[in-house]
Parts: sequence; structure tokens; C-alpha cells
Amino acid sequence: MALEIEFTSPFEVAKDFAAAVQEYTLLAAQSVANFFRRPLYMADMVQQADLIGVGSLPIVVLTGLSVGALLALNAASTLQRFGGITLIGQLVSIGMVTELGPLITGLMVAGRNASGMASELGSMIVTEQIDAMRALGTDPTKKLITPRIGATAFMLFFLTIIADLLGLIGGFAVAHLIFGLNSRQYWTSVWQILVFRDVFTGLIKPVLFGFIISTVGCYYGISTRGGTQGVGRSTTQAVVAASVLILIVDFFVTKLIFAIFGYR
Amino acid sequence: MSTPTLPIENSASAITSMSEFAIEFENVSIAFDEKMVLDGISFNLHHGETKAVFGVAGSGKSILLKLAIGLLKPDSGKIYVLGEDVTEMSEQGLFELRRRVGIVFQESALFDSLKVSENVAFRMMEEGVAADEIERRVREVLRFVELERTYDMFPSELSGGMRRRVAIARAIVTEPEVLLYDSPTGGLDPVTSNTIVELIMKQRDVYKTSALMVTHRLQDAFTMATHQFDKATNQMVLLPKGKNCDVPMSFLILREGKVIFDGDAHQLATSKDDYIREYIS
Repeated sequence: MALEIEFTSPFEVAKDFAAAVQEYTLLAAQSVANFFRRPLYMADMVQQADLIGVGSLPIVVLTGLSVGALLALNAASTLQRFGGITLIGQLVSIGMVTELGPLITGLMVAGRNASGMASELGSMIVTEQIDAMRALGTDPTKKLITPRIGATAFMLFFLTIIADLLGLIGGFAVAHLIFGLNSRQYWTSVWQILVFRDVFTGLIKPVLFGFIISTVGCYYGISTRGGTQGVGRSTTQAVVAASVLILIVDFFVTKLIFAIFGYR
Repeated sequence: MSTPTLPIENSASAITSMSEFAIEFENVSIAFDEKMVLDGISFNLHHGETKAVFGVAGSGKSILLKLAIGLLKPDSGKIYVLGEDVTEMSEQGLFELRRRVGIVFQESALFDSLKVSENVAFRMMEEGVAADEIERRVREVLRFVELERTYDMFPSELSGGMRRRVAIARAIVTEPEVLLYDSPTGGLDPVTSNTIVELIMKQRDVYKTSALMVTHRLQDAFTMATHQFDKATNQMVLLPKGKNCDVPMSFLILREGKVIFDGDAHQLATSKDDYIREYIS
């Protein structure tokens, strides 16, 4: 049996990419505009908030604790050499609140929920449920996508706060139990080092990441073609795309905030 | 198997359109990936008429139904549904028109995260109808399709035939003026198929609903052309010889994207076209 390989021209790849960006932008813009239009499906939004927020709590708790502990463990071995073990609290605090808390929480929720959204909406596409919804006079973007965007952005904000807190607790556990740091010293340095810019950075990022996770997940779901194989493809692509986009946006948002508020 | 009674309201559904036809296709063409699926299709559906659409697999039958309800836009041509040009309407404008058109999808397309009652009541819930009115109406149509016992069940708990009947219940619950059926008896046993055909016939003869019915089963369409629903006995009855033309039933055959036949049962049976004779043999 001969193996056939079909090559796609770079021009076609670029054209497909541009078309995908256009469709994604239109979908995201329409979904955001739906917040200001009737009807607003609040019951569906609350249901999604429960699934996304409460459902992601276990993994966020575990991730926060682990990252904070690991950050403290890795930093302490270096700090100890220079007699700076008392700086652990500051390092864990800045690291968790401004960067690792939002980023790791965003990546975990992307893995769990972007895939869930893509597979759920993708299954609805291949079984004509989306067409049925349109035929019954209901706008699928208002009913399905806008509630997911609202719920994800809202819940990721609070999930990140929980992850930050647990990260600080994880860091404290390592600093106190392994390196014998005084608890008062640790917690005082944790809150003293934080300024408005740090907290602002750490809370604006989850909202943006939540928007990315939900819009990317829903876009790949709605764009599913090709039966069950297509659903599998969409699910994987949604996670990869959401994760990569989170990393890229994280860099530029951090750079922008430094540009506005200045470096430390 | 006789269909249960449904409280008969006014026998003619309110036809609000001023157009002569329920559906009009004028020179409609659509292509996917440079492959022409429908090429210059033109036909009309009269008010109260049922038109059976035939064609080999991939001939564009399901596409035709999706074009009629505005789920797809044609590349060229015009489509009028109840006097309104669906090819020029925005998605928002189509939502209003779709309240007057019901569609039964090939694989039922029930919402699998909702119960049967919620599926059937979907449109009424979106419109904010009172809960007790919703329950009354949902139970009424589920009784009509003999599935009242499935009220609190989920689609995954139903057989294929039951899902198809629930899909019909969902399509007729708001008493639409036009119904679109995509292979309503596909994959079903003869007994269940007969029940579905009876339901469709009742819609045609009692409620005077206009319908486009895509089907692979010639026997279903010929049954509908040779029988009529009798309100007195609540069953379909065979028409006397020579009375077939009194039934508002016609046939449309597609081949390679074009209409090769559009007429009644007698014209179909006496057609001299070799392809059509082979198709119906």
C-alpha cells in the first residue's frame, strides 16, 4: 500500500491561520457584546461557575500548595548560602502573587476546562444540537458561550486568590519545618513586600486568562468538524492554544505593567 | 397502531403569510469545497401540502432543509419561507421566522443534558411561557406521540424510535405553520415507522401543516399519497381508487444537484424517464 503525503503550501497555512484569528475575534467580540444584550442567561452562568470554579478547587489547592513549597525549597538552598534565609517569605510572596499563582492556576484550569468546553460544544456540533438550538430560535453564543466566559473569568479570579494563599502556606511549611524560619518573621515579610502594583498584577491576569481559556475552548468547540475524531482534535488543540496564549499574554501584560508602574 | 387523540383546535393552523406558497426555492445553488451540491434548484411548496424529497446519498436533501430554515445561506438564488426572503435575513431576524417553522433532524438532535420534558418545552421556556401552561402543553404533545411516560427521562435512556418521536413532539409543540422532516423514519422498524408516518399524516390532514419531508423510504411517501387521516376513527385509512389526487402530496427527486422530477404520485408512477423508473422500482 503506497503512502500518500499531501503537503500544504505556506500560503495556505497562513491564509487558514488568518481566517481562524478572524473567526475567533468575531466570536469573542460577539460573546462579550452579549453581556449587554437580552436575554442574559444568569442561571446558566451560575451553573458554569459551579462546574468551573468549584469543580477546579481540588486541583487548584494541590497546585498552589505544591508550587509554593517548591518555590521555597529551591530558593532556600541558594539564599542559605548568602545568609538570606529570612528573605524566603518575600520571594515566595512576590513569585506567587505576581506570577506563579495566576499562571499556574490559569494553565491548570485551561487543561481542565478549555478541553471540557471544546469537547462539550464539539459534541453538540457533530450531533446537530447547535443547529437545533438555532432552529428553536435561541442564539447559541448567548446561551452557551457568554455564560462560560463570564463564569470562567469570574471564578478564575477567586481561584487564583486561593492558589496564592495556599502557595504562601506551602512556602511557610517548607521555611518553618525544614529551615526553621520563625513564623512571625515569614508572614511579616510576606505582606510587607507587597505593593499595589503587585496585587494589581496578580488580580488582573486571572481575568484575562479566564477570558482566554473560555473563548479559546468555545471557539475550538464551535469549529469542530469531522465527527468524533474532530471532537478529539478540537479538545487537544483547545488546551494547547489556550496554554500558549496564556504564556504569551502573560509576558506582554507583565511588560506593560512594568512600563506603567516602573520596575522595582 | 392508532395514534391517541389530541384536543383538536381549529383544524386549519393560522396561516399568517400572504404568499401563495409556504416555501419557494428560486434557482438556488450551493457548493462545499468547490463541489456543487445544489445547482439551480427551483420548486414551490403550497400551503397545506406535503412534499417528499428523494435522492441518492449525498444529493443535498438535508442541505435543502437547512437552507429552508436559514441554517445555511445559498451561494446564489432566493428562498422564501412564508413570504419572507430568508436569504437576506440576519440571524437575529431568522429567530422570529423560525418560531413558525419546526424541524425534525435526522439524528433527532435532542439536547442530551436536558430531560425529555425540557427538550420539548425548550422554545416555550425561552419565550417565558408560564410553567403550568408549559407542563400542560408538553404532556399533551407527548401523549400525541405516545411517550408521556418519558416526561422525566433523559434522551440517553430512550431508544432511537422514541428519540425520533420526542423530536417530532418538540417540533410540533408550538403549532408551527411549516414542518421540515429529515429522514423521520430512517433506521426504525416498520411498526414504529408506521406510527411516525401516521403522525405526519395527521399534521397534514388535521392541522393542515405544510411540510417538506426528506426520506429514503418510497413506501412511506406512497403510503402518505394513498391514505388519509380519518378524524372519526383516529387512524389512517386507504383512499378509494381515483381519489389520490385529493391528498395534498407531491414528490421531488434530486439527482446530481438538480431537480429531475416535481409532481404528484400519479405522474411519478407513470414517468417515462429511465432513471426515475429504476429509482421507484
